[in-house]
Amino acid sequence: MKKKKSKNFIIGATITGIMLILVMIGCIWTPYDPEAMDVNLKLSGVSLSHIMGCDNFGRDIFSRVLKGSGTTLFVAVGTVFIGSFFGIVIGAFTGYYGGILDEILMRINDALFAFPSILLGLVFISLLGSGKYNVIVALGIAFIPSFARIVRSEFIRCKNMDYVRSAKLAGAGDLRIMFVHILPNTMNVMLSSIMIGFNNAVLAEAGMSYLGIGVQPPDASLGRMLSEAQSYLFSAPGYAIFPGVVLILMVLGFSLLAEGVKEN
Amino acid sequence: MKYFGKKLAGLIITLLVVSFLVFAAFAIIPGDPATAMLGTEATPERLAALREEMGLNDPLMVRYGRWIANFLRGDFGTSYNYSMPVMDMIREKIPVTITLTVMSFLMVVLISIPLGITCARHAGGRLDRAVIVMNQVIMAVPPFFSGILITFFFGLILHLFTPGGYISYTVSWTGFLGYMFFPAVAVALPKAAMAVKLLRSSVISQMKLDYVRTAYSRGNGTKAVLYRHVLKNALIPVVTFLGSVLADMVAGSIVLEQVFNIPGMGRILLTSISNRDYPVVQAIIVCIAFLVIVINFIVDLIYKVIDPRISID
Amino acid sequence: MKTKAVKKILLTLVCAVMTVALGACSGDKAAENTSSITIGIPQDIEDSLDPHKAVASGTEEILFNLYEGLVKPDSDGNLVDALAESHTISEDAKVYTFTLRSDVKFHDGSLVTAEDVKYSIERCAGISSGETLVAAYSAIESVNILDDKTVEVVLKEGDTDFLAYMTEAIIPASNEDPAGNPIGTGPYKFVSRTPQENFVMEKFDEYWGTPANIENITLKVIANSDTIVTSLNGGAIDMFVRVTQNQADQLSDQFNLMEGTMNLVQAMYLNHDREPFNDVRVRQALCYAADPQAIMDMNNNGKGAEVGSSMFPSFGKYYMEELNDVYNPDIEKAKELLAQAGYPDGFSFTLTVPSNYQQHVDTAQVLAEQLKAIGVTADIQLVEWESWLSEVYTNRDYDATIVGLDASSLTAASLLRRFTSTASNNFINYNNPEYDEAFAKAQASIDDAEKTEYIKQCETILAEDAANVYIQDLACFVALNKKYTGYEFYPLYIQDLSKLKFVEVSE
Repeated sequence: MKKKKSKNFIIGATITGIMLILVMIGCIWTPYDPEAMDVNLKLSGVSLSHIMGCDNFGRDIFSRVLKGSGTTLFVAVGTVFIGSFFGIVIGAFTGYYGGILDEILMRINDALFAFPSILLGLVFISLLGSGKYNVIVALGIAFIPSFARIVRSEFIRCKNMDYVRSAKLAGAGDLRIMFVHILPNTMNVMLSSIMIGFNNAVLAEAGMSYLGIGVQPPDASLGRMLSEAQSYLFSAPGYAIFPGVVLILMVLGFSLLAEGVKEN
Repeated sequence: MKYFGKKLAGLIITLLVVSFLVFAAFAIIPGDPATAMLGTEATPERLAALREEMGLNDPLMVRYGRWIANFLRGDFGTSYNYSMPVMDMIREKIPVTITLTVMSFLMVVLISIPLGITCARHAGGRLDRAVIVMNQVIMAVPPFFSGILITFFFGLILHLFTPGGYISYTVSWTGFLGYMFFPAVAVALPKAAMAVKLLRSSVISQMKLDYVRTAYSRGNGTKAVLYRHVLKNALIPVVTFLGSVLADMVAGSIVLEQVFNIPGMGRILLTSISNRDYPVVQAIIVCIAFLVIVINFIVDLIYKVIDPRISID
Repeated sequence: MKTKAVKKILLTLVCAVMTVALGACSGDKAAENTSSITIGIPQDIEDSLDPHKAVASGTEEILFNLYEGLVKPDSDGNLVDALAESHTISEDAKVYTFTLRSDVKFHDGSLVTAEDVKYSIERCAGISSGETLVAAYSAIESVNILDDKTVEVVLKEGDTDFLAYMTEAIIPASNEDPAGNPIGTGPYKFVSRTPQENFVMEKFDEYWGTPANIENITLKVIANSDTIVTSLNGGAIDMFVRVTQNQADQLSDQFNLMEGTMNLVQAMYLNHDREPFNDVRVRQALCYAADPQAIMDMNNNGKGAEVGSSMFPSFGKYYMEELNDVYNPDIEKAKELLAQAGYPDGFSFTLTVPSNYQQHVDTAQVLAEQLKAIGVTADIQLVEWESWLSEVYTNRDYDATIVGLDASSLTAASLLRRFTSTASNNFINYNNPEYDEAFAKAQASIDDAEKTEYIKQCETILAEDAANVYIQDLACFVALNKKYTGYEFYPLYIQDLSKLKFVEVSE
């Protein structure tokens, strides 16, 4: 079989690439100050100078979408980092050693798995308080179980393979075997689940900000913008539609990438 | 029977672990219920007395034991904010959230199974390709955004329902179910898309297996093979999937309650979270977890019925 | 053939669900009860249904329909006799004597007696329990029953304003649980409430005065302010009392929009116990940086009335328009003051805002933007109303907050008393001996001109000391479905729902 990148991968990478470029541009430059208000531009529609129109404070929606996507992505990266880092460590140890520790951790893991990540996030938020960084921590912790579960099963699959045995015979320590020999072999599965993680993190962040317990105004966040836009569906439908579409594209990009990685 | 017993034991252990985790999480946070209850009237003596009365000086395990015993008896504690029993606060809300979740769950099943099979049968066809693309997109739409779009389109433009016009089931069951229809659609859409996709690929891969060829060679028609042999096997991953998204659907329901102004557990949960009304948060979280775990347990049993080969591992 | 059957079943199921859904909608429209109204409220009425313990304005304005005092305000701001048939005030303003009406019934059917009146007043004053529920009532020396129909209230010192406090509800002495089972004498009686969902009242048929028009009133909690517009347009609620200009612009033509003022003082209230707000220069800098007119322009198309101290225009003789100009927007001056105070590069603080009041959230966002010009960062923290009450108002655990404070009675003291250093509701921890003295003199004075003078002095101190960053008395837009009329504005934070009536709309 010819090694050809799948269509999903290409489309996903393109969308994600474009989003990343936009977000990066948004970090250093936006057409207008995303927080600058102008009473004359209140709820003005799409125009050449404001390509997505303006919100109820006369702020440029395009600039806010750029900034907001950045916030959303930032939270997603932080979340996935925390989730995957601890997930890998926990999954690696429990999968490799097994035994009573494994049993206990997996029971807890099973239990946590019963909570939807957004709900788990809510619980942590209620303990930590709201705000951008707390959202990252909350969602990050909420994401650990799913990563741990995947890594664990990969480690169980790999630990009796020939290359692990030969490494053992060569005198490699457990840690070395776990993180130098086994981990790289799980990369494909990991990559795919990291992409799915991004996908879920973006959705969860948007959901929490929509509920008003994530990112606080005037910080732009896609979820928050959607919540505010609800009052203006008639007079400024663009206020809801543009952030919504960007959110969808972001999620779509990650989910296609995840599938692409799996297919490759 | 042995299978059932083992699973049941696992279920009970998981429930205990979940409730303990939740209890412990709220027990170790700074600030204690006595201070919260007394507020500004707190004096050291009154605090000490109340702490003693509430048993806050006992070890964690003792408190947990007492709490879980009360919980099982339906006594969920008292809300700090409303000074009313948590049970009274959420009794009428639980059916709301459950109905929303179950309605959307049924929708997922009703949409995905026929659509998934049709797509698999005509794999590569025009309908199939259209559905694949639609699926990808729908999966990416956050439920609350589809909720907003539904409100706008079906509510404000087509007037098919009254946005915000929630009707309690105590007033009218039909009105209640009618209002819940659109929120349920919003919750169901992304999950239905995933289920269609899964079922489609599962049917297609089953169709390539040997037993299908054998069935064909015995002179069975496509339909007979599909419905008598393939479907049963192809449904297994879908059932697993449905079990695993259930938790997500409960969460989705909670978010959608906000979009459609439905006074279910979500509303109470959110206000309680921001008010640090921990007895309420605790009770609702544990209820939701119990709900998810129990339904998963039922899914497991169904699983066993569909596929007797499944071992307990 | 099996597939067809399955398909049929599925189709039937889908159709059934759809029919239920659609049928329900149309069915409800037909069965609409003409003598009921659903009104959206921005917060749950949960702080207490006990009229003497409720502190939230949102609760009090609704309780106005359930409870009455010996006197009550009318829509012109005059005090008229309610449960009292007449009253007299002694020369030295120390003795208030009330003659009771004979035919007034409580919602439970029992007659209002002089005992009930004495019980209610003493309960508020804390004469028997020692716990004063209504701060102003600490001035009461004794309550005496002269005969079945006459009650006398004796004050420790003369106070010409005291009649305004006699609006406190009279409740039956026999009711052991006023918070759980509210019994009053108002035109509406309590039916039920469901936390975070609704509050239901029905017309009290044995009301002594002009009976209410509408039979059933449901107050529906809409805590997510982003859904107010859709709820109104969709027909889920018939009325919402305080929509913003932006929201009003979104309403369809089935609504009448009435404009008035909210009768409150919207300001950024600062916690004077916190750095750097304990420094007057910092507070003044904030006042110079704030531009109330720009806030009104942005949020309410310029509508609203600027305020420069804790007094709003409806108060007439006490309101001092000149205080609006104590601090006109002046960024340079603000920066200079900040530099003097030791904050040349500004500072940041947390601005706690109740999320259910769109007006305050909007003001907060605009104000935060204005403060950036002097390098001050306001981190907005949205909280639920109940947390605001407990954390900000009760526990005073906050840096700054934006809310509107209203007058619970028609006296200047109801706005100003809270800033005296010993007031229990002094949630900004304001402590200024000069102010305390001026306020005490105003209270002690029985000469109207002199009293007004001292009150104005209080207002001036608040303004010059930049006690708070004063913004505006908000424009108030009442959205009322054209099926109803009769809404009346009061100079107080009150909703008189008994005057609402249902009218046929000609299509």
